[in-house]
Amino acid sequence: MAQPLNILLVDDNGLRASIIQDGLQDAGHSNVSIVTTVAGLVKRIEMLKPDVIVVDLENPNRDQLEHFFQVSRAVKRPMAMFVDRSDTAEIEAAIEAGVSAYVVDGLKKERIKPILEMAISRFNAVNRLTRELAEAKSELADRKVIDRAKGILMKAKNIDEAAAYKLLRRTAMNENRRIGEVAAGLVSAYTLLGDE
Amino acid sequence: MAAPSFIRAGYVPLLDSAVLIVAAHMGFAEERGITLSLQREMSWATIRDRIGVGQFDCAHMLAPMPIAANLGLGPLPVRMLAPMVLALGGNGVVVSKAVAERMDAAGPADYEAAPASAGRAFADVLRKRAEAGEPPLRLAVVHPHSSHNYDLRYWLAVSGVVPERDVEITVVPPSLMPDALASGGIDGFCAGEPWGTIAVRQSAGRIVTSRAEIWRRGPEKVLGVTQSFASDNPEALTRLIQALADAADWCANLENFDSLAKLLASPDRLGVDPATLLPGLTGRLETASGRTREIPDFMVFSGQGATRPDPEHGRWLYRQMARWRDAPLSEAGTRIAGETFDPALFDAAMGSTGAEGAAVAGERPAGLFDAKG
Repeated sequence: MAQPLNILLVDDNGLRASIIQDGLQDAGHSNVSIVTTVAGLVKRIEMLKPDVIVVDLENPNRDQLEHFFQVSRAVKRPMAMFVDRSDTAEIEAAIEAGVSAYVVDGLKKERIKPILEMAISRFNAVNRLTRELAEAKSELADRKVIDRAKGILMKAKNIDEAAAYKLLRRTAMNENRRIGEVAAGLVSAYTLLGDE
Repeated sequence: MAAPSFIRAGYVPLLDSAVLIVAAHMGFAEERGITLSLQREMSWATIRDRIGVGQFDCAHMLAPMPIAANLGLGPLPVRMLAPMVLALGGNGVVVSKAVAERMDAAGPADYEAAPASAGRAFADVLRKRAEAGEPPLRLAVVHPHSSHNYDLRYWLAVSGVVPERDVEITVVPPSLMPDALASGGIDGFCAGEPWGTIAVRQSAGRIVTSRAEIWRRGPEKVLGVTQSFASDNPEALTRLIQALADAADWCANLENFDSLAKLLASPDRLGVDPATLLPGLTGRLETASGRTREIPDFMVFSGQGATRPDPEHGRWLYRQMARWRDAPLSEAGTRIAGETFDPALFDAAMGSTGAEGAAVAGERPAGLFDAKG
């Protein structure tokens, strides 16, 4: 039986890191650590001596980490990025998902691949969630601003709510814009004129 | 007219990403029939990786990066070209207040006026620390394959300091430099603007010399283009170079500095106070609280052939990589480095012939501070 792998997740998105940690633990990896802050990162690596380090691509410390892997005497084993240079599809999928991985040289590909795949799929799931959340938020914001725009039109033109909404929708269609944008434009113009 | 060419480019939020940002947002790319889609990245490693898998066609790059890619260094090397220079100079060498005070004591009073005297003052501080049994100082650069790293080492070496022995050199992301300096995590750094200015304004340190003084008009950032994009889209690349040249002229015009600073400063780009970008643009650096210094050619976007790549510069950068053991020295490597900075595409796009003949194929490029004669 091979030694259990030490896995370190470096991600300032703590939620995402714990989602990946859960997945890895379900897959039988018990030695998974998370670092979310920059402070003391290098010390933690020296202490944990990880076999695999997973870092999000947005992390500004990647240059620092790579340099550390190259020069460090504390982490003796050279670290190589990704599993295998020849596995282009996997590398592309990882970068697309926003994740990079550093692996201790000499580890067997079969042992690393499932870890990277898990990270990729969970990164993608979190990205999807974030996107959906942002969309839901902007929908909610749209609804609020549309309500305000309707109120402004009702008062200014002395029309009812249904007519105000129709007017907004027609303008949006004519100008090929989202109704939320038209409403936001109207509200900001109105606020600018200082009638409120 | 044909549909506009769609070009994907990555950049790292620094003052010298100006030319790409201006080309994309001030209409220069559009005028040349290009839709330039920019993506901000927080590390050079991610720029390299996205270039490596073809998610970017080109990118704002540290001048040695395309050379490193062509030498097969790093995890995802692809063939690259540097058909245009995006900025010269632009970096400050900043030391902590504590180090600056010791340099003041070492003197002479005007040591900042020249890199050689600043270097002597710094070397003196290191010597006294070593005699007192204090640990070596720690300086930070932004990436090993960077002019920050190589120019800093060049300056130290000429000043009689042995990097790695007398002084530790580490890597820290530029935006974290001021805090790292203030907290004592590092004792000095070499980074692009506005991070030197921000460190000075936070009273964390002092600018004691600059890239422009160590190697005047040395290439700092280049447009790195994958060979495959260049081969498949020669027409689009030509127009991109022309658009970037227009943008570079705009960036170099001091009448535009205020608008440029505002454009770059926004939260989705550099996310800094626009006032911190002006010293780098004007070359009037605030070197310490209440002290300013005019540095000629501190940062150059355009003019006098600034944007034209020079194979001699490529070879010089390669020799620095070899000198500091980032790459083995070989004839093949020298040739590759020169070819990476081939000006042929630039000349074809701009109808220029450059200053051929003026550049004597010498060991050292013009503009180094310790040049003889």
